[in-house]
Amino acid sequence: MSLSATTAAPSPAPPDDAPPRRRRGYLFNRLDLKYSPYLYIAPFFLIFGAFGLYPMLRTAWMSLHDWDMIGDHTFIGFDNYTELVTDDYFWNALFNTFGIFALSTIPQLLMALFLANLLNRTFLRAKTFFRMAIFVPNVVSVAAVAIVFGMLFQREFGLFNWLLSFVGVEQVDWDGQRWSSWTAIASMVNWRWTGYNTLILLAGMQAIPKDLYEAAAIDGASQWRQFWQITLPMLKPTFIFVVILSTIGGMQLFTEPLLFGNGNIIGGDQRQFQTLAMYMYEKGIENLNTAGYGAAVAWAIFMIIVLVSLFNFVLIRRTAK
Amino acid sequence: MISASQRLWRTSPLTYVALVLAALLSIYPFYYMVVIGTRSLDSINDVPPPITPGGAFGDNFGRVLENDAANFLKGLMNSIIVSTVVTVSVVITGSLAGFAFAKLRFRGSNVLLLGIIVTMMIPTQMGIIPLWGMMQELQWYDTLYAVTVPFLVSAFGVFMMRQYASQAISDELIEAGRVDGASTFRIYWNIVLPALRPAAGVLGLLTFMETWNSFLWPYAILSPENPTLQVSLSFLSYAYYTDYSQVFAATAVGTIPLVLVFLIFGRQIIGGIMEGAVKS
Repeated sequence: MSLSATTAAPSPAPPDDAPPRRRRGYLFNRLDLKYSPYLYIAPFFLIFGAFGLYPMLRTAWMSLHDWDMIGDHTFIGFDNYTELVTDDYFWNALFNTFGIFALSTIPQLLMALFLANLLNRTFLRAKTFFRMAIFVPNVVSVAAVAIVFGMLFQREFGLFNWLLSFVGVEQVDWDGQRWSSWTAIASMVNWRWTGYNTLILLAGMQAIPKDLYEAAAIDGASQWRQFWQITLPMLKPTFIFVVILSTIGGMQLFTEPLLFGNGNIIGGDQRQFQTLAMYMYEKGIENLNTAGYGAAVAWAIFMIIVLVSLFNFVLIRRTAK
Repeated sequence: MISASQRLWRTSPLTYVALVLAALLSIYPFYYMVVIGTRSLDSINDVPPPITPGGAFGDNFGRVLENDAANFLKGLMNSIIVSTVVTVSVVITGSLAGFAFAKLRFRGSNVLLLGIIVTMMIPTQMGIIPLWGMMQELQWYDTLYAVTVPFLVSAFGVFMMRQYASQAISDELIEAGRVDGASTFRIYWNIVLPALRPAAGVLGLLTFMETWNSFLWPYAILSPENPTLQVSLSFLSYAYYTDYSQVFAATAVGTIPLVLVFLIFGRQIIGGIMEGAVKS
């Protein structure tokens, strides 16, 4: 994200020699010019400070304690974090989160790239219809998506098992195993977010100067070649933006797996699809006496988001050169 | 001259096939929601699965309303209240602060704006454990304050309004207001706010949808007796997952208002999202 540093041109203060209509009015004007901007931005900073920033910092503080939400807390330094490193359930949740993230982000971004490229055709008819149709899943709540897909993946009479039966696949117990539950959960994420990412990528494509393509066409470059040599490299900043957004969302995945497992916070009877955010919830809110440990999980998630975003950022910058 | 049909097919037919397929995949789950929600329960076990809507919606939704465990109407009311209050507040605070950042000069404005942009990238969901404790201390547990107050402002809202205000409102316009002796707030109210209307509309729609659909925090802080719509749906689906037609009727009722809003304002919403992507 780049911030264009445009600020308003200085508004000249009322010249001193101008006869003040009334002294009080003049004073009010001075105060108004000087201080009212702070008044206008104050609501944001007050409320965000109290309910956004402060809890984040307090999470860090809590994570250094053995903290019971409705009882005592004692300072224990980094013990929660050292415990985290040897916690099998934490690694399990990390593994699941990354698995579902890979299964949702990679196909989703490829699909979005493909669709955005189609929607970017100059002579396409019904543009608005296609854009709206592709985006409409994003309007549905995650809870509704999870409920509908839960039914589609139902074992005895779900649509997917019915379709699979035509190619001779036995009824799949979708929430029973790791790979199948990951697939089901990832498909919910894919359905809800492909259209959104398509629009963002499309916006990036439309910002590419048209004369680049005209020049390439004159030189006889095929459409395919234009896509590889012009579209993809020019799309890099938008792509990084989309990948980072997907990372932030993917690392915090919560509602889909929770509802897929009928509200079971451990994510299936064997924890086969418990994500990091679910583990945080289990430790910090479902069990109030381990709130300090839950806070450590929260900070671990935060660090993972930063690391994965940085990793992707460097990777994309390198490969798309 | 090229005829219209030639122009149409300059885009290859395969493009249309792929796009129509994508559109069908996007729309199918809605349709499926309506099909199951309007069918009686016994027809769900049919093989092949039912593919056309039935006439049992009234019956199914009746069961939702009688269901004491779900508190569906209460959830619907709560969601309407919370989403409306949050939307109005985000638009007002966002346009005030956006106007200040775009058009007023004050010490520290660049640093503060940078701060807002950084907070847009922070996953604030990571703060819910202490936030939960704070709500206990404020005695806001299981009240609508808990799901409203923390969301009355939005960094994205401020940023979006700031971007729009800096290009849509000329400095001359504001100068003219000042020469006429208008206070800063009058300028905001009479000049800036009307000019910001298109962007404010998009921000309002996006905020409404986000609030209407939010899940994790309401789920953590509200009880099943006083839920938002999404929380109500989740409890309904846990407890009655065998009664699909009831759950789907409720889900459809909770989803359709947003879809209608989207059908009416979709063009603006999409425009807003795409513009935001390029600028940020």
